[in-house]
Amino acid sequence: MDYICLQHYWWFIISLLAGLLVFLLFVQGGQSMLFSLGRTALEQKMLTNSTGRKWEFTFTTLVTFGGAFFASFPLFYSTSFGGAYWLWMMILFSFVIQAVSYEFQSHMGNVLGKKTYQVFLIINGIAAPILLGVAVATFFTGSEFIVNKDQITNITMPVISSWTNPLHGLEALGNGWNLCLGIAVFFLSRLLALLYFINNIDDYILQKRFHKALYNNTALFLLFFLTFIVHLFWMDGFAVEPQTQVVFMQPNKYLINLFEMPAVAASFVIGVLLVLGGILTSMIKHPFKHGIWFTGIGTVVTVLSLLLLAGYNNTAYYPSTSDLQSSLTLTNSSSSLFTLETMGYVSLFIPFVLGYIFYAWRAIDLRSISAEEMEDKNGHNY
Amino acid sequence: MIEQIDTSLIDWSRAQFALTAMYHWLFVPLTLGLGIIMAIMESIYVKTGNPFWKRTALFWIKIFGINFAIGVATGIILEFEFGTNWSNYSWFVGDIFGAPLAIEGIFAFFMEATFIAILFFGWDKVSKRTHLIANWLTGIGATLSALWILIANAWMQYPVGMAFNPDTVRNEMVDFWAIVLSPVAINKFFHTVVSSWIVGAVFVVGVSAWFLLKKREKEFALASIKIASIVGLVASILTLWTGDGSAYQVAQKQPMKLAAMEALYEGGTNIDLIAIGILNSEKKSHNDNIDPHLWAIKIPEFLSILAERKADGYVAGINNLIEGGYPTEEGTALSVEEKIAKGKLAISALARYRIAKKESNQAEQTIQRTILETNFPYFGYGYIKDPADLIPNVALVFYSFRIMVALGVYFIFLFAFALWAGKKNKLDTNRWILKVFVASTPLGYIASQAGWVVAEVGRQPWSIQDILPTSAGVSRLNTGSVQLTFFLFLILFTILFIAEVSIMLKEIKKGPGVSNHSSN
Repeated sequence: MDYICLQHYWWFIISLLAGLLVFLLFVQGGQSMLFSLGRTALEQKMLTNSTGRKWEFTFTTLVTFGGAFFASFPLFYSTSFGGAYWLWMMILFSFVIQAVSYEFQSHMGNVLGKKTYQVFLIINGIAAPILLGVAVATFFTGSEFIVNKDQITNITMPVISSWTNPLHGLEALGNGWNLCLGIAVFFLSRLLALLYFINNIDDYILQKRFHKALYNNTALFLLFFLTFIVHLFWMDGFAVEPQTQVVFMQPNKYLINLFEMPAVAASFVIGVLLVLGGILTSMIKHPFKHGIWFTGIGTVVTVLSLLLLAGYNNTAYYPSTSDLQSSLTLTNSSSSLFTLETMGYVSLFIPFVLGYIFYAWRAIDLRSISAEEMEDKNGHNY
Repeated sequence: MIEQIDTSLIDWSRAQFALTAMYHWLFVPLTLGLGIIMAIMESIYVKTGNPFWKRTALFWIKIFGINFAIGVATGIILEFEFGTNWSNYSWFVGDIFGAPLAIEGIFAFFMEATFIAILFFGWDKVSKRTHLIANWLTGIGATLSALWILIANAWMQYPVGMAFNPDTVRNEMVDFWAIVLSPVAINKFFHTVVSSWIVGAVFVVGVSAWFLLKKREKEFALASIKIASIVGLVASILTLWTGDGSAYQVAQKQPMKLAAMEALYEGGTNIDLIAIGILNSEKKSHNDNIDPHLWAIKIPEFLSILAERKADGYVAGINNLIEGGYPTEEGTALSVEEKIAKGKLAISALARYRIAKKESNQAEQTIQRTILETNFPYFGYGYIKDPADLIPNVALVFYSFRIMVALGVYFIFLFAFALWAGKKNKLDTNRWILKVFVASTPLGYIASQAGWVVAEVGRQPWSIQDILPTSAGVSRLNTGSVQLTFFLFLILFTILFIAEVSIMLKEIKKGPGVSNHSSN
């Protein structure tokens, strides 16, 4: 593969990881409904154990997403993380409190009490999807930064990336369209969680609640998601002139990308249909427990397609509204040819990794979570 | 607009990274150490079918789980802090440094996350053998994670396999295997992992000794001490060996760190190693001619042997490294002033190259590129203001090194004695020995932390040895933002640490409940 192909290949891998991450946010979605769905201690325990056996996959995917971004597009890592400091810090804080909460909550001597750790899970359940959604939305709406590589030769101030907004990422939360996608991801994570619970928890009363909750969360997800999508296809986008690499604003850039990349358009449509198909089938057909797989795969494909729209077809994937020419593109922000090639070989092992994840997932979920299992004192339950 | 980096921003960014790393490293060595011990216990269970070993392994797996969660929590911050707080670093060397982090995620983290799920929840869902494999793979995953992050760390100490590209203004990877197989990386990996086994072994011995003191869980405690002592003794001997290798690598690649470890200001040949010593607090400057040591017990010529593998080997002191002029394999060592001049030359050549490129002046580009390449080995010195900035905190490095080595030697005796006493059936009768074992539990952590202090404080001011000082790698943030996150992390991690210790103590007090069933 030549350099340009490798840059596109790695953007595809990043987009795929982002898709998997959004799917795995069902863990957060479940956490956000801990008290609304679980009304007794036993019900809460079943919910906690259902998502608690998967939280590490979400966590690990986030870490791998970060690592892969660092390896393949280090200028993004440098500019976004070092600039939108508070946005990323809030995301990280929410994951730190999540990481300990599952294990610590059920142990004696946990200092803060079970309720605090449950609240931590709810904070992470609400904050992580919204903030990650906001962060991803800035791939389309832009951020306020300047990149000047010549700055490295200034020995008193050699930092090449500067955030021009003093709020350092918090300003992204003030953009309605960013929030719109963030809230859409939040409701998506909740409906994915409901579909996962339907698949994973064997309890008649809870099942009824899961199905009931599906309606509101689906309606709100569709409202925010479709609003963002309509805006996305309507708005001006950050286009790159392929010869000169000059960035300019192009009307309906993302809609044009959709038309000019029929494969991406097809995958976007298929993804959305799978998302809706999984939800609707779960609503209509009882007992249909496989909705999570349709909606889950649909989520991965939809997010993948959206991020391909952001980065492919001569588009600046991390645009700067302070200085258009500082915008990050696949060309100006990627690692060297050698590193992308090396990492390309590494990526060949991903199917193997996915294989053993599939095996472990299946082994753990072979039996649904039940009240009896939760009452077994010899098991490792949260 | 800020035109100069605030030095307090650099200090707070360093403090935040140090805080996160030190908290993270409270949990990782126990994960690595317990990982191997519980895997051995479950292997015995699968081999013998004796449920005693299953329950013994289960207890340590439970402790492992409590520790693992907080290790993961602190670990995620570390990875992202390279971007949030060291953004210039992330661009300048991200082409090389990012790869090990990504490989760590793909290979190690997923292995850990996947098989730990089977380890905890899979007892009655998969076969005994599959569960055992999951146990081992959880430990191997943790070890692979250590491998890749230590490769990345070693590369910062000894940057190889890369070339500077003036067009992209960054260092780029040119030889992956040179980075992975660098002698510093190999030594660092083995030294860190086997020394972490010691932490786990000391922990298991300490906790088991507590049970014996309380006259509880005797069979469990004796079996745990036996396995932990074998692991600990092997690890201690290997740590001694790899420690020697690490010191040799430091002598070759980071002579200033070695000089700080010994508080050696004036070098030479046939240099003694300070076994135990007290530094003179009156010494304020490297060139004030005050004796750095108040008192010291020395091993004759041993520093020369350790650093150069010969008694008359030349070891440079801090002043020699600052002033230069001593003989090296390449000729005569440059002074720091000369290196700073070369570094500034390299930086200005880069600036001129970039201007020439914009003007399409090919001849000028060639000239400046040549100057840049010639002087690039000193590139980072161009950002150094004062030669004294190159001297790390000598007292901290000196004492940390001695604490680490002294405890390392102590652990050899501790494990050897525990094995001997266990064999002679004297363990549960000697209460003072058991008290020593219990009291030794935190020492593994202290030794491990001290080791990292030597490695990381000793390499200051460099984030990449000779190429990039920490001051040039920082993100352009308000100092107040970093201060705020520093204190947020401090409060959060401290609360979680207290909670973790409290949970562990409760679980230990509850005990494994093995003895009641040990006849099964």
